[in-house]
Formats: sequence, C-alpha cells, structure tokens
Amino acid sequence: MNVVPHIPALRRGKAYESLDKVNIVDHRTGAALVSISQVNAGIVRKDLQRVGESRAALKKFSTEQLIEISAKAGELFLKGALPLGDKGHTQSAQEYLETLSATSGLPHVMVRRNMTKIHHALTNMRTILNGLTRGLDLSILDKGYGEQFGSPISYYPTTQALGLVMPSNSPAVNSLWLPAIALKTPVIIKPGKEEPWTPLRLIQAFIAAGCPGEAFGFYPTDHEGAAEILKSCGRALIFGDKNTTDRYANNPAIQIHGPGFSKILIGEDEIERWPEFIDLIAGSISDNGGRSCINASAVVVPKYGAEIAEALAKKLGPVTPLAATDENARLSGFANPKMAEYIDGAIEQDLKTAGATEVTAKYRNGSRKVEFEGGTYMRPTIVHCESFGHPLANREFLCPYASVVEVPQGEMLKVIGPSLVVTAITKDARFTEQLLESPLIERLNLGPISTMKISWDQPHEGNMFEFLYKRRSIERV
Amino acid sequence: MTQLTPEQAKTQLDAHVREMVQWHFSPETGCPFWLEWAKKNFDPRKEINSFADMVKFPHFQDEWLRDLQNEVWVPKQYKGKPFNIFETGGTTGMPKQRIGWEDYKTDYSEFSEKISDEHFPRNHYWLMVGPTGPRRLRLAIEHLANVRGSSCYFIDLDPRWVKKVISNKQFDQARAYMDHVVDQAVTILKHRKISGLFTTPKLLEALGEKIDLWDAGIRGVFCGGTTMAPQYVRFIVEEVLENRIGFYPTYGNTLMGLAASVPLRAEDNFSITYFAPQPRAVLRVVDPNNTTQVKNYGEWGRVELTTLTKEFFMPRFLERDEAIRREPRAPYAWDGVAEVRPFGAMEKNIVEGVY
Repeated sequence: MNVVPHIPALRRGKAYESLDKVNIVDHRTGAALVSISQVNAGIVRKDLQRVGESRAALKKFSTEQLIEISAKAGELFLKGALPLGDKGHTQSAQEYLETLSATSGLPHVMVRRNMTKIHHALTNMRTILNGLTRGLDLSILDKGYGEQFGSPISYYPTTQALGLVMPSNSPAVNSLWLPAIALKTPVIIKPGKEEPWTPLRLIQAFIAAGCPGEAFGFYPTDHEGAAEILKSCGRALIFGDKNTTDRYANNPAIQIHGPGFSKILIGEDEIERWPEFIDLIAGSISDNGGRSCINASAVVVPKYGAEIAEALAKKLGPVTPLAATDENARLSGFANPKMAEYIDGAIEQDLKTAGATEVTAKYRNGSRKVEFEGGTYMRPTIVHCESFGHPLANREFLCPYASVVEVPQGEMLKVIGPSLVVTAITKDARFTEQLLESPLIERLNLGPISTMKISWDQPHEGNMFEFLYKRRSIERV
Repeated sequence: MTQLTPEQAKTQLDAHVREMVQWHFSPETGCPFWLEWAKKNFDPRKEINSFADMVKFPHFQDEWLRDLQNEVWVPKQYKGKPFNIFETGGTTGMPKQRIGWEDYKTDYSEFSEKISDEHFPRNHYWLMVGPTGPRRLRLAIEHLANVRGSSCYFIDLDPRWVKKVISNKQFDQARAYMDHVVDQAVTILKHRKISGLFTTPKLLEALGEKIDLWDAGIRGVFCGGTTMAPQYVRFIVEEVLENRIGFYPTYGNTLMGLAASVPLRAEDNFSITYFAPQPRAVLRVVDPNNTTQVKNYGEWGRVELTTLTKEFFMPRFLERDEAIRREPRAPYAWDGVAEVRPFGAMEKNIVEGVY
C-alpha cells in the first residue's frame, strides 16, 4: 500500500484519479500527508449534465429514511473507521482528527469541538428540519403535496443539486449543507484547498450509513471549476473573503458566507457592569482560534472603551501557541503562512492611521506573528479605536482580533453595518426594540450570550429548506 | 515518409542549413535584411557549416517583424511575386508579420500524410473554428482540406479581442463571445455534412457541450493553439471525443509552421510530444539561462525555433513557450518537445483565453 493516501475526485460517487494531483502537507513540517486529484471545469460541467440521476437516486428514499441515515452517518463520522481514498486506506476518527489538525493548523481540542458540532447536527436532523421548515409534515416532501394546518400544501425543489465551494478554515461549516441530503438534494462539493478531510469523511459516513454514492460529487478543482459549480448547480453556497463573495452578492441562487463582522454591543444600562462580561467577550473573540464568522470582531460600547480594551488585552495578549495536542491550545496555526503574513501586514499598516492603539502589544512580549514548532501563528490582537470610522474598527481577520470602540448608544445601529451575529448586552426596552427591528443583524443574542452560540433549528445565515424548496399553490380533484 | 536514422537526419539537416545559408546570404538570392545584417556582422556562408554552428547567430528578434517594412524580407529570387502577409496570433498593437508564398502549402501537404483517412475521410468536408483573418492558419487549413479532396467551412475567432476582454477581467464578455463562436459552429454542424474539424481545445470542449460531435458526423479533430497538459488531453480524448473520434494535437505558429504530434501510447500517460517539420524548422529545448545549451531529455526548458526555408530564414527565435525535451520517436529521427505551455507558466497566470 502507498504510504501517502490518494484522494480521488468523486463523480456521482465514483472515484476518478486525475493525472493532476497536488499534495496536502503538514503545516509545520511540510511533509505530504495525502495527494489529491484535481479536475478541470469541463469534468464538472459534463457531470452536471447528468445530475438528475443523482437526485433520482436520493428520491428513492423517504425523508424519514434519510433522517435515519443522517443519524447513522453522524455516529460513523464521530467514531467510525471510514474509507480514505482509492488505494485501500481507511481513516479512524483519531486519524481524521490528527490529520486535519496537521494540515489546517487547528489544535486537537478545536477539531474535537468541530466534530461534536457536526455530530450534533447529523444526529439531530429531525429537530433541525423541524426548525427550518417550521414544523412541516416531512412526508409532504416525499409526495410533493399534502395538507397541513387545514390547507393544501405543496413544495417543489428549486434545484437538482446544491453546489458548495467550501473553505479551509473551520470544519464545522460543513454542518450547513448536511440538511441537503435529508432534503433529497445531491451535493456537488469543491473542498477547501487545505481541508478535503471533513467533506470527504462526511460523504463516506453517509455512504456507509446507506446513502447512495450518486448523491455526492467531490471535485477538487481550480477557480474555473469553482465558478462552474456556482453557476451551474442552480443553488450554491460560497465561503470566502469579501472580494470573493462580492461577485455573487446579487445572485439569489448563491448563498454567501463571507466575513461575519459579528459584534458585541453593550447598552448604557449595563455598561457599569462591564468587568463581569470580559470573559464572555474574550471567548467570543478567541474561541475556535478566532477563525469563525461568528467570532466577535468589534466591541461597541457607550463608554469605558479604553478600560475594556485593556482588560481584554490583559486576558488575551499573553495567549501563546501550544502544541496541537495540548488541551489548552487556543490558537490555530496557518496552513498558508502567507495568509498570516498578509494579516500581520494589514494590521500594522492600518495602525499607522491615527486614532488606534494596539493594546495587546504590551502583554505579548514579542511579535504578533510567531513561529512555533515549525508552524506560523497569529497571537491575539485587541485594538482600541477612537472612532468607528477608523479602518481597524470594523475588520475581520482569520485570528483572534477585535476592536473596541466607544459609540453613543443612539448611534450604534447607524454605524455597525451588516453583522452576522450581534450580542447586545442590554435590558433597555427601547434599545431592544431598535435591535429587533434592525435589518443589519442576522442573529441577535439579547443578554450576555457568546456570539459563538448557534442554534441548529434557527439558521443564523440563510434557511437551507427555503433555499432548496419553494412553496406552490395547489388544487387537486 | 522515409524513416531516417538520427545520424541521417543530422546529415540531412546540416546539408539543408548550408543550402539555406547560401541562399539567404548570397546577393543573387537573399533578402535585403539578411544581406545587410551580414555586412554588419559576419558572412554566415563562411562560418555556418552545420546546424551546430547556428549558435553563432544571435537570437532572432521578432520586433523586426513588426518594425520593418515587409519588403526587406523578400528574397531576390521572389522579387516581383506578390506575397501573402500573415500575422501572429493574439498580440495587440502593431502586429508582427511574416510574408510567404508556398511554405504553408508545403507544411500542410506534408501534414496531410500524417492524418488517417478513417478520421479525415477524403473528398468530404471540414470545419475550421478558430482564428482566420490575417492568419496563415486559415489558408493552411483550407489547403489541407483541399489536398485531401475536401472543402472547408470557416467560423472566425478573433484572439486579440479575447485577450483584451480577459485582460480587462470582462469574463462575461469573453464567455459571450465564445458562445457566439460556438453557436455558429453548432449551426453549421447541424446543417452541413462535416467529418473533419480544426479548432482550439477550449472551443472543442465548448462545442462538445452543445452538440454530440460523433452524431454530428465528426470523425477527426485537429487541434492546436494553447497548452494541453496531460490531464486536459485525457479529458478531451475520454470525455469530449469519447475515445472514438481521432485526435491530432499540433503545435505551431505563423513563424514555424506546424509540428505534428506522435500518436499517444498508453505509457505516454497523455503527455503529447511534438516534432518540428525538420529540416524546414528545428525546435530545441534550451536552458533559459544559457540558451546555447539544450536541456537534457525529460527536462523543462525554453522552446527555441529556427526556421530554414527559401522564403524565410529565422535563426534561434526564443518562443514564449516552455516544454520538456523528448527523445526522437518514429517516424521522427530528431528531438521532440512535449507538454508545451507558456514560458513561466508555473510562476504566473498567463492569459490564453479560448485561443
């Protein structure tokens, strides 16, 4: 058996070994851990012409059966030994954890947390679908029509397949597409460059649990291939930075998962209690290595900005990289060190604009970008900005980073801009009402709740059921 | 084609070099440019006795083909005969031009012997979908079809426009233009009996998505124009042509003519090797940092072209391509160039578009 496994593309579930392969390497040692076949956009286009066959394969199952399969897949994903590639390799849960950690830079503890989230999503699919469909009798999806709440009801699929252009930064984002299988929608996945592991393991778990292989397309491909998936699937999700996602901003068939610009706001009524919230705020900034779109990247307060920034810096500044196996590890390595270099440079550049002070610097005793055991890491950065107009006030980076800015409560909703998650620490009825009415906030936490808390039955970023199905009016004799 | 040994091929090439040098640098036959050049430099008739001596020439500067009037390239023996003016492919601004009379016919008549009647039936019809306009290729393809008793339909593609819109990141326009070209080709294929097709790989791929090429009557495809890495060749052979339509990749341009590829064998793993129409043209894979040196077999280097016909003498022109040097392979008794791609392709993105 080859020492390094090979991951083929999957074309309607069938392995395809390309002549073009790239290695995915350990971010610390550079050692190749897997070679992965690359396919061109033409192959994606050709396969998508037959995507109806994939949907037909899934349609043979009832939604109930697919919920059961999802649950089994969840167990297999969390604990099972599953096929890896086409050369006879298998991968245990521990091997998955170790390899993903080695290529992505996520410490084990964070991979484990991500695994748990995915497991939870798969094993609670009924609850999730109940939330997404607002209690729809799921057999209506099997028949295409039915009656509920005394009315005839019919749903039709908006697409034959869901396209996914995945990121490499956080394995749990794969949870977003999991309901598609129970909703009888095949998935066409372009994995993140450094993270083929999670989507591949999920596909293998689904197949081992009884799902037809035809339901899965797995295409490691280039920009043209990714664009083809987005263009041709009918419905697609894209993850990426603002430059990437802006291109698709006006396309209703593409759900964008870009930067979150998530925030913590403290109302005038609660600001005197700010020391009590420091742990919560620090966790919101730094959990999961600060890599998620639901990590807080700005703390907006009516006063005590300098004091809050100081307290956060004191707490987060000393955080250093630890071994990947260390249960206390809080920072992620960068699979691509150039990204760390870019982030470090961008922060330094913008600190030259007057009106911002990096408060963490004095607690760090060293540079922001550090090498540790061969890996590249970014240490936490808290910047106190004098106004929300400063270029560092509303920025998001792939590391624990946040600004702290003083803004009068009455101005907050005018300046914060689109925010994926807002945790608003206030009991003020009028401010609460304004927050509830704001179209800028996707998920609103009222009270001291971490921005990292998510509810699977309440999508914080688009409703997958409403994305994949549309209701039609129906009359039948 | 007579099968030569490498030694015989070398002897033939050296003799051809002497003949061409004599032709181009003799006042009775040569052109003003080279006669003038010899006055300022050296008399190649005395210095160049074999192809190995060609390194005494500096690299040909293709700017000369843009900056000088075409008359300077007319050999005395051709004086008074109107010539064809051919322009190079995808560049913008004042184009580089090569003049000629019969060379393209010679190249393509020879190439006709390398394609099978099964894939390109004689006395039938061809379709060319690609750059026509001022390009040598347009006349060459028509001549090739004619040599085989066939006639050819044409759909034009302007590579300069494609390059411009892609460079300006107007990808929607590039796509729309490509669709426009492909739609015209589909219309012709639907309404006319055609068995042979010349096009570029990208257009072939797009055409294959719009129409079943086999059912449309296509039996052979002659392709050229851009990079064809092994996996892409495999994709074309297996997925677009479905292993049943003949595929003839070629490497060529206005300055060289046409380098044919040898038929793929299983062990080639879809890596295509091209062979220049020696002795009329010679391709070498040279060390980019020391272009007098050829690379070892199997190594990447920059492609250097020398053209040696009575109509055109072009010593040691450095192409904007790189390739792997390959050993001679029957029926060719000289080196081949494989997996040609834009020079520096691994270091930067090159705009190739659909051409």
